[in-house]
Amino acid sequence: MRTADVIIIGAGIIGCACARRLSSDGLRVLVLDAAFPGAGATAAGMGHIVVMDDSQAMFSLTLASREAWARLAPDLPPRAEYAAAGTLWVAADQEELDAAGHKHAFLRERGVKAELLDPDSLRGAEPNLRPGLAGGLLVPDDLVVYPPTVAAWLLGQAVRLGARAVMGSRVVRVESGRVTIADGSVFESPAIVNAGGQWSQDLTPGLPIRRRKGHLVITDRSPGFCRHQVIELGYIKKAHASDEDSVAFNIQPRPTGQVLIGSSRQFDPIDERGHGRPLDHGIDHAILARMIRRAAEYMPTLAGLRALRAWTGFRAATPDSLPLIGPHPRIPGLWLATGHEGLGVTNSLGTADLLADLMAARTPTIPAEPYSPSRVLGDG
Amino acid sequence: MDHSCDILIIGAGPAGLHAARAASRSTRRPSILLVDENPSIGGQIWRRGAPAWAGRLLAGANACSISYLSSTTVLQRLGPRAVLASTLTPSGRGPIAARITFDTVILATGARELFLPFPGWTLPGVVGAGGAQALVKSGLDVTGKRMVVAGSGPLLLAVAGFLRSRGALVAAIAEQAPPAAIRRFALSLAGYPTKAFQGLMLRARLASVPYWTGAWPIRATGTDRIERVTIRRGDRDVEIPCDLLACGFGLVPSIHLAAVMGCEIRDGRVVTDDLLTTTAPHVLCAGEANGIGGVECAAIEGEMAGLAAAGMIDPARRLLPARARARRFAALLDSAFAPRSELSSLASPDTILCRCEDVTTGEVKPYTTWREAKIHARCGMGSCQGRVCGPIARYLFGLDPGDARPPAAPVDVAFLAAADPGAIPGESPLSE
Ligand SMILES: Cc1cc2nc3c(=O)[nH]c(=O)nc-3n(C[C@H](O)[C@H](O)[C@H](O)COP(=O)(O)OP(=O)(O)OC[C@H]3O[C@@H](n4cnc5c(N)ncnc54)[C@H](O)[C@@H]3O)c2cc1C
Ligand SMILES: Cc1cc2nc3c(=O)[nH]c(=O)nc-3n(C[C@H](O)[C@H](O)[C@H](O)COP(=O)(O)OP(=O)(O)OC[C@H]3O[C@@H](n4cnc5c(N)ncnc54)[C@H](O)[C@@H]3O)c2cc1C
Repeated sequence: MRTADVIIIGAGIIGCACARRLSSDGLRVLVLDAAFPGAGATAAGMGHIVVMDDSQAMFSLTLASREAWARLAPDLPPRAEYAAAGTLWVAADQEELDAAGHKHAFLRERGVKAELLDPDSLRGAEPNLRPGLAGGLLVPDDLVVYPPTVAAWLLGQAVRLGARAVMGSRVVRVESGRVTIADGSVFESPAIVNAGGQWSQDLTPGLPIRRRKGHLVITDRSPGFCRHQVIELGYIKKAHASDEDSVAFNIQPRPTGQVLIGSSRQFDPIDERGHGRPLDHGIDHAILARMIRRAAEYMPTLAGLRALRAWTGFRAATPDSLPLIGPHPRIPGLWLATGHEGLGVTNSLGTADLLADLMAARTPTIPAEPYSPSRVLGDG
Repeated sequence: MDHSCDILIIGAGPAGLHAARAASRSTRRPSILLVDENPSIGGQIWRRGAPAWAGRLLAGANACSISYLSSTTVLQRLGPRAVLASTLTPSGRGPIAARITFDTVILATGARELFLPFPGWTLPGVVGAGGAQALVKSGLDVTGKRMVVAGSGPLLLAVAGFLRSRGALVAAIAEQAPPAAIRRFALSLAGYPTKAFQGLMLRARLASVPYWTGAWPIRATGTDRIERVTIRRGDRDVEIPCDLLACGFGLVPSIHLAAVMGCEIRDGRVVTDDLLTTTAPHVLCAGEANGIGGVECAAIEGEMAGLAAAGMIDPARRLLPARARARRFAALLDSAFAPRSELSSLASPDTILCRCEDVTTGEVKPYTTWREAKIHARCGMGSCQGRVCGPIARYLFGLDPGDARPPAAPVDVAFLAAADPGAIPGESPLSE
């Protein structure tokens, strides 16, 4: 029996955003999740909504998404903790200052507000930064949200539009047109969306997704310690340019006055058959220590805040760092919305719009090819 | 500063001290390191004076290598046989970071008080029963102050007696357990001479204080701080004006460090086998963290763990009957003072459940797992990391906080950098 027009597997921020968007298209949506809304990477990540310029494709998706977030803002409940914090990119030396200049030009040419800061205005913007930094770039319209409650809210909106959400249901089998969950129930639908994030390769074997672990630390309340999401400019090179373990200075003020300190990137080792190791949420103390030292190089006073908790999360990384959005080239009726690496919160709304357009055979507002799963999976 | 030892014992209460003594008697002469976050040994009950043998032991009476690190808080595990701690320098400066390596570690982290929320429980002047004791010991003058002690268990009597000895006017002790349960408990004490003795002594000293059984606080009110408490006594509500309300609903195991160390926690206790080995490699656990058992039980388990850690398995086994007997006593206590069901409905939806993050009872109620309540309602996200509100959420809603992330106690961010083998602990934790 047909249970829905579309079944979405995964109620992370991606699945929830897609559920809301597809419901508003009038589709009958069923959302299945093994746990609860936002339980996966969505509960572990930072929730920084940021325009990126590492490629035209990444720029288009992040900008379209950020604009969608700004449109959504008036409807978001207070617990979404939406804040127009802006991003402050910090340049430590001349080379990074040049990078800031390029970024500035790139964004300005495309109509995105951005402002170069000299060392004095940099410290004026964030007095806890150490003296002697080269400068910075302020992108004032970047945002921050608290991802898991936003995911739950998006799903709630979908339900108001007629969607059904069945939480605590682990999908054990995905076939063309049908999904089986752990208790043996079967759900049928002409369209199935794999929004399983770091688990999507278990649901659809053959997806080239690797887990990339990240560490974060939250401090006790220290109101006014910082005002923007503050990130070092070396971040992009480090994050994307290599497979090696890396750390970067990246902090975020929470509305409670707490400070969230990030971040690290470590690929899960894979064996010769390409299998990852079992999920290990444990802290890697050596990389956590590196991450803290890196942060304290930029903001020495961070070292004196009280750390309450450290934890880890996993990003779902694709070979080219772009997400997989669109039909699976070989499995009829299967759609992918996964592989968002470190930008899934940002890109959730853009992903949902793109997927909805593709499913309805409308022309998307941004070109869909760069995200098409067939680029990495080959054609049908 | 780095330390290394054969046996690391965390917690210098009855369990930890007995573990140290038992291990020190081994012919293998293991090196023993005892640490506690407090300046002095003794744990909760012997804080003002541990038995003389403990002092002699730490002075080296058993001719084995044993040392005590005071004001030392274990923060996290660094590997199978290493932990990170915050400690002081030998001259008392700090805190500084220390890495401690060991062969076996014994967790003896004891218990903490259970609070149960009722309207007004967050007003200034409403404190824990143990908390009241600590406040007075650290200088709060209660002479002539009107106080009410409420909650459950023998601890109420001890606290009331102590407050009275410091000049407070204890208006009433409200024990929620029904009178019949207390009578049954008193009768069963006959089989346990030392405990019975303690109990009688306390009652005698408190003869002039009204001891109400089947009575519990339902509301505290006041403008800026508590001015009166309403006690439900049978079918009447009695309002008592007071300056301080000391509340304790029994004890719950202190499982936070064990959870951070990777030990399995079930039903709010550390899971161990019959020789006190936890599910985490090289980690034993003794005393109240395994379940509330009282000081005798903590002592026996400490001894067992000390013997087992020093390789003396048969002698450890021989203590099993004594331990079983002590646990039976604990079970008696448990059933006599088990919180009645009315206590779980005292809080109204807008009564705070998590004080650190101001989360109300009504906000937590919709969630079916601790993790979901934490992530979506922010319960347990603050500086106590669920140590206080976790047991409340378990009691009210059956949520199970069995998981914890490092550090085991709030600590300067800099300490997390000292976990790196490349860093030089003891100096600035941030130095390369
Ligand atoms: C440390 C860190 C920092 C980050 N910071 C940012 C940031 O600042 N900005 C940003 O935009 N992004 C950030 N991210 C990335 C972002 O968190 C993720 O990209 C995003 O949350 C992914 O969402 P998702 O819905 O794809 O995955 P998830 O949230 O992991 O959701 C997948 C869901 O699928 C469910 N599921 C899996 N398998 C099954 C099954 N078999 N049956 C049923 N359900 C199943 C899971 O229960 C889960 O709820 C960060 C990530 C990390 C780790
Ligand atoms: C608030 C309170 C008041 C009490 N008052 C009484 C009383 O008046 N009379 C009575 O009979 N019983 C009382 N008890 C019960 C009594 O304490 C126990 O029965 C007995 O002490 C249990 O012994 P233990 O060794 O298991 O734990 P404890 O005596 O609690 O010892 C545990 C020790 O471990 C230390 N510790 C915990 N975590 C760490 C860490 N991460 N790093 C380093 N050190 C750590 C603590 O500082 C503590 O000193 C009280 C309990 C509590 C919680």
